[in-house]
Amino acid sequence: MKKVMMGNHALSWGAQLGRAQVIAAYPITPQTQVVELLSEMCADKSLDAKFIKVESEHSAMAACIGASLAGARTFTATSAHGLALMHELLHWAAIGRLPVVMGNINRAMAPGWSIWSDQNDSLSQRDTGWMQYYCASNQEVLDTTIQAFKVSEALAVPGMIMLDAFTLSHTYEVVDIPEQDKVDSFLPPFQAKLRLSSDDPRAFGGLTSPEHYFELRYKQQKDMEKAPALVAETGKEYEKLFGRRLELIEAYRNEDAELLFVTSGTTGYTARVAVDALRKEGVKAGNLRIRLFRPFPFAELRKLVGRSGRRVAVVDRNLSFGHHGIFFQEVKSALYGHADGTAVFGYVSGLGGRDISLEHFKEIAADALKRRPPAEEIVWIGVRK
Amino acid sequence: MSKKKTTEKIVLATERDFPIMPMSLGTMHHNRTGAWRNIRPVIDKENCIQCGICWKFCPDVSIYVENEYPVIDYVYCKGCGICAEECPSKCIAMVEEKK
Repeated sequence: MKKVMMGNHALSWGAQLGRAQVIAAYPITPQTQVVELLSEMCADKSLDAKFIKVESEHSAMAACIGASLAGARTFTATSAHGLALMHELLHWAAIGRLPVVMGNINRAMAPGWSIWSDQNDSLSQRDTGWMQYYCASNQEVLDTTIQAFKVSEALAVPGMIMLDAFTLSHTYEVVDIPEQDKVDSFLPPFQAKLRLSSDDPRAFGGLTSPEHYFELRYKQQKDMEKAPALVAETGKEYEKLFGRRLELIEAYRNEDAELLFVTSGTTGYTARVAVDALRKEGVKAGNLRIRLFRPFPFAELRKLVGRSGRRVAVVDRNLSFGHHGIFFQEVKSALYGHADGTAVFGYVSGLGGRDISLEHFKEIAADALKRRPPAEEIVWIGVRK
Repeated sequence: MSKKKTTEKIVLATERDFPIMPMSLGTMHHNRTGAWRNIRPVIDKENCIQCGICWKFCPDVSIYVENEYPVIDYVYCKGCGICAEECPSKCIAMVEEKK
């Protein structure tokens, strides 16, 4: 069945098709419609789930943690300050190895109050141990949500799915809704690895001395390292059933590109338009849109960039103050020692929801083709200096 | 009133023995919390009036009764001193642990 829906509702449909059993959430612009629709689905019984109303995002994640540990498939959604308020419990869910799946609508942090998009909210949670997916279409949001449950539950690692505020969250697109029985065959019921049970009573998350803590983090990292291969494999399995393939990094006209944009989220689709426009002007451009940011797809990026001495322009809608754009840092770090002669430049643009337009991409291309490496400074695109 | 049974402390050799999440692997029989103690209660049996108040007040159930007299279970006693404070005949002294 095909349906026109907003990005936020694609998350709700993904959670419904994935048969989430507990949803604990607090509304926040621009996420509100995600949980509005889910609460309606719970009310009209089209989703057999417990909807827990809470007084804050901190409590929302706390409720998700309890429900997940009790063996329920658990979903929530938030944005910006809501995600920041969850911060402590994001650690708790990840270190507790609870496969909660969450949608986060990328919204800029205040002050000044903003409801528009940038990625500093989710990238500030980079080191909490959650998987992070960045989406660029409503179809991708729905498909990613279903796949995220499967990957997270297999690895006991929670997953966070990102949508750009408004440019994705509130944009209406046609979405192919998969049949429930096929989704059920792809995603069987959640089997918790550890769970609260009166048959085998345990206390979870108690005092852990230096004698034992370190090994738990080692195991967590080892499972996280399995994720890129599992995401790729899960994507192939999904493609067989539903005909749509999601890669770790979506490559566009990459093979012969001399100039390669590296993007994420909806900026990645603007980049594809820019690639076509630049090629008409004689510039061999290409685009890599990073979908999976945590764990970082090192091998995939190195394979796609190759050792060809290309020019790589990383476009960040985020900034680590006192350093660079965050994808820029990560891409440089991943390529270190693997792509000699490849020049990597970092461009910061679109903070607080300012458009990153085709013209901006042309400006980036012109700069990247003439700039001398190594890049030590941020190149600002679209700021009034 | 009887003494708790204690068993060997659980120590996991390598990460392969670990669960994925920190969780209790056994009961308090394995978890010998008396190692936290800096001062230990010592009962002067001569002056003890066998009232049972120390047994009743011990927050960690670390006093048991043997032959009608209170005995401290040092495997679990953390040395909080509540027994010494509450003892009406002041026959419990808190003595520094020599480590």
